[in-house]
Amino acid sequence: MQNFLHTFFDPNVMARYLPDVLSGMMVAIWIGAAVVVAGVTAGLALACLRTYRIAICDVFIICFADIFRALPPLVLILLLYFGLPGVGVRLSGPVVLFVVLSLTLAAFAEEIFWAGFSSIEKGQWEAGISTGLGFGGTLVYVALPQAVRLAIPPLVNRVLAITKMTALGSVIGVLEILSAATTAQSFSGSATPLSLAAIAYLVLFLPLVFAARMFERRREQSLGR
Amino acid sequence: MQSLMDQFFNLEIMAKALPLMLSGLWMTAKLCAAVIVLGLGGGLVVALANVSPRRWLRFPSIVFTDIFRALPPLVLLIFIYSGLPFAGIEISPFAAVALAFLLNNSAYYAEVYRAGILSVGKGQWEAARSTGLSQTQTLTSVVLPQAVRNVLPDLLSNTVEVVKLTSLASVVSLSELLYTANMARSITYNASPLVLAALIYLVILWPVVRLVSRFQRRLAA
Repeated sequence: MQNFLHTFFDPNVMARYLPDVLSGMMVAIWIGAAVVVAGVTAGLALACLRTYRIAICDVFIICFADIFRALPPLVLILLLYFGLPGVGVRLSGPVVLFVVLSLTLAAFAEEIFWAGFSSIEKGQWEAGISTGLGFGGTLVYVALPQAVRLAIPPLVNRVLAITKMTALGSVIGVLEILSAATTAQSFSGSATPLSLAAIAYLVLFLPLVFAARMFERRREQSLGR
Repeated sequence: MQSLMDQFFNLEIMAKALPLMLSGLWMTAKLCAAVIVLGLGGGLVVALANVSPRRWLRFPSIVFTDIFRALPPLVLLIFIYSGLPFAGIEISPFAAVALAFLLNNSAYYAEVYRAGILSVGKGQWEAARSTGLSQTQTLTSVVLPQAVRNVLPDLLSNTVEVVKLTSLASVVSLSELLYTANMARSITYNASPLVLAALIYLVILWPVVRLVSRFQRRLAA
């Protein structure tokens, strides 16, 4: 037991590498926040665009959403990071991570918001337009608030799953939590930095998990289960 | 334009990389089979504990799902693969991936099952019990079949995520599809093998993604 504690929770090693892990946390928070803002905004914009039912736009949006929901993000990350320099475009690790995760989140968010829009009855659109709101007004004041409310529980889950993927940045040299920890592990010859990384992720993401659960339970109750 | 084609859609290089990548695809298939079965089984156990009336079963299952929903799967995988040897436990890449994803996927599948079990009304339990079925019989022949049917789209969409996750195994040098593609890329200095890998994932997963969307639309209607 003593040995186990020493291997995984050595206080000296923890103190030595805590600053690295903390700066990794800051990187993860920044990239994660940027991904959430960009991904959710783009997803919402695409879902709104889809309500106009322009055939060519719809085909493009559906293909985009399908492809980015079907592809593993790590494949895209390696493709952009190692492939683009061959055609003269060199993107840094954090930029590649941001672009790939934002596109992935946008694809899922579009589907989630669109499911929200689809659940709104046709009569509401007709009523909104007939009161003189116009299509755009009905979209913004009638359909959007309802769609967003329906979208929040699944969206929180998806945001959680995708912001967690900032850990993939370690594969392309982004100095986030996991890469700080694996570097520290090989320098210190101790497993403690890995425990430190796990703790750092729990600190960052457990609050989000609790929030996600709260939204789910509330929805279950409102469905009368 | 020509250089773009050469760099990303070089058919000659794709053809050369194909045999290696097919062996990677086979490994991915084995990995998927293992982690899907483990996740479906582990998730069911966790979900049953979660809906149990007994507190000593419910509490650990909630802690389990919360922790493994908060930890990125890659962190879990690295922790198991590079951390366990420090505790004197040598583990093969395949076993490390299987263990990491058993923990991660069980948590996600458990949430899906849980929603399914709760969607079956209490009256069904009471009715089944009053006809003389035991608690276990009620669960296996009345509640679970309906629960699974109710959440089939979510089970399927979670399985898509599980298949996508197997690409993380490349980080611990397990020679699955992405690992072999990336190896071919580093040998040829050309990104076409990665494009080929992306296309293979698309061919396998796009139909499933479509199916999930259609399922969900039908449920919403």
